[in-house]
Amino acid sequence: MSVLDKVKFDADGYMEDSNAWTPEIAEAIAKREEVTLTERSWVVINYARNEFKVKGEAPTLRNITKNTDVDTKELYSLFPGGPGKMAAKVAGLHKPTGCI
Amino acid sequence: MKTFLILGAGTGGTMMANKLVKRLDPSEWKIILVDRELEHYYQPGFLFIPFGYYKPEVVVQPKRKFIPANIEFVISDIEMIEPDASRVKLAADKRVIQYDQLLIATGTDIHPEEIEGMKDGGWYKNVFDFYTFKGAVELSKFLKNFNGGRIVVNIAEMPIKCPVAPLEFAFLADYYFKQRGIRNKVEIVYTTPLSGAFTKPVASRMLGDVLIKKDIHTEPDFAVSEVNSSKNTISSYDGREINYDLLVAIPTNMGAEVIGRSGMGDDLNFVPTNKATLQSNKWENVWVIGDATNVPASKAGSVVHYEAETLIENILHTIEGKPLPASFDGHATCHITSGFNKSLLIDFSYDVEPLTGVYPIPVIGPFPLLKENTFNYLGKLSFKWIYWNIMLRGIPFPLPPAFSMAGKRQ
Repeated sequence: MSVLDKVKFDADGYMEDSNAWTPEIAEAIAKREEVTLTERSWVVINYARNEFKVKGEAPTLRNITKNTDVDTKELYSLFPGGPGKMAAKVAGLHKPTGCI
Repeated sequence: MKTFLILGAGTGGTMMANKLVKRLDPSEWKIILVDRELEHYYQPGFLFIPFGYYKPEVVVQPKRKFIPANIEFVISDIEMIEPDASRVKLAADKRVIQYDQLLIATGTDIHPEEIEGMKDGGWYKNVFDFYTFKGAVELSKFLKNFNGGRIVVNIAEMPIKCPVAPLEFAFLADYYFKQRGIRNKVEIVYTTPLSGAFTKPVASRMLGDVLIKKDIHTEPDFAVSEVNSSKNTISSYDGREINYDLLVAIPTNMGAEVIGRSGMGDDLNFVPTNKATLQSNKWENVWVIGDATNVPASKAGSVVHYEAETLIENILHTIEGKPLPASFDGHATCHITSGFNKSLLIDFSYDVEPLTGVYPIPVIGPFPLLKENTFNYLGKLSFKWIYWNIMLRGIPFPLPPAFSMAGKRQ
C-alpha cells in the first residue's frame, strides 16, 4: 500500500489536486521518479508551493533562482532531467505552462 | 483635454496609434507616442538577411512615415513609469507626461549577457544573433566566407519572439548550403530547451520530421549553461558539451528595462496582463500589447495584429464607461520558411494547438496548414508589402481576428 494509491494524477504524472498534496506524497513521487530529496530540494519544493498558492502556477527556473539561494546548476543536480517540470511534479503542482 | 500615451512605436504601438487616431475624438483626446529610435524595422525580414536574400536596407523605414501627423511623436528613452500616479518620466528634457490612458508596447529584446561567456571573445566573431538588425547583418558577412564546419543553433530559454524563427534559420541554412554546393561540408545542430522542435505536440512532430528530412540533428532538452569562446563549445546544465564553428544564438528574451525599473514586470520584465482583455492585471488605465505582455500567446506580429482588434474595442468601451466586450483568444498565424521556395503555415490559439488542414477557408484554403508548399511561401513574401502598407497603418485586414476551427483536422 503506497500513499500514492489514492492520489489522482494527470496523463503526464502531475497531481490533479494540489491541495491533496502532503510531504509524504512528495517523498513517494520523488521515489517513483528516482529522485532523492535533500534539505535543499525542500527549499525549492516549499518555495514552489508558496508561489503556486499566490500566483496559481508553478514558478519558472528563473523565478526560483532569483528568489531562493539555489542556483541553476544546483537545481539541475537536485531535480535531474528538467528541474522545472520535476520540481512541480514533486511539489504536487500542475505542469508548468512556460512554453508557448 | 485628455492624454492617451503610447510607449513604443514598433508594430503594436504604431498599429494602435493609427487605430486610435481614427476612433478617438480629437477635440477630447491628445495622442502621444514615445520611442527611442527613428527607424522602424521589418523584423520578419531579419531572417533573410544572413543568407543574402534580403538586402539590409529593405527592412528599414523611418518610423515617422507610419505615424499620423496629428499624433505627437517623441523620440526619447523612458526613465520611469509611475502607474499609481498615471505619470511617465522621459529622459529627453526631463519631460513628465501625465496620462489618462496608457498603452505599453515596449516589446522584447535579446540579452546575450544572461548566458555565461556568450559575450566574451566570440561575440560577432563566430557567435551571432539574428534577432537584431546588427546581428543579422554581421552574420551575413560571416556566412559569405563560411566554407564548412559545424553550425549550432541554440535557443537559450523560452519564451522567445517568433518561436519558429530558429527552426526557419536551420531550414534556410540547409537550403543555402545546398545551393552553394557545400551542404556535405556543413553540419547543422539544433539545440533547444524544449523536448522537441516546437512547443505543441502535432507541430512538434511534423516539424521534427522536417528537421530529420533536412539532415539537421536536434539536441532536445538542452538548457545552456555556458558558452566557451576560447574552446568554441556550448554546454548544458546536464553536462552535454558541443563544439561549434559558428554559434547562432537566440539569447534570453526580456521585456524593456524600464518595465523592470518601474516595478511593473515579472522575472523577465514582461507586464502581467489579462490574457483575454489585454488590460494590465493591476492598473485599469494601463493596456499592454504584443511582446511586452506576459500572456501565453506567441510573441509575433500576427498576434499583435489580432490583439489590436480586441484592444481598440476594449479601450473605447472603457473610456465610455461601458463593460469590456472583446476577449482575445490567443490567435496566432505563422509562416515557417523551410527553403527559399517553400514554407509551412501554422494557425493556433491559447486553447487549440497548430493542426493540419487548410486556411482560412475550409477545403479551398488556399493555404495548406503544417505542410511545405510554394503557395505558402508566396504568402510569406507578400507579407512584407502587407506589413508596410496595410498592417502598420491599422487598415482592416481581410482575415478574421478570432481563431476558427474551420478547415482544420483534429
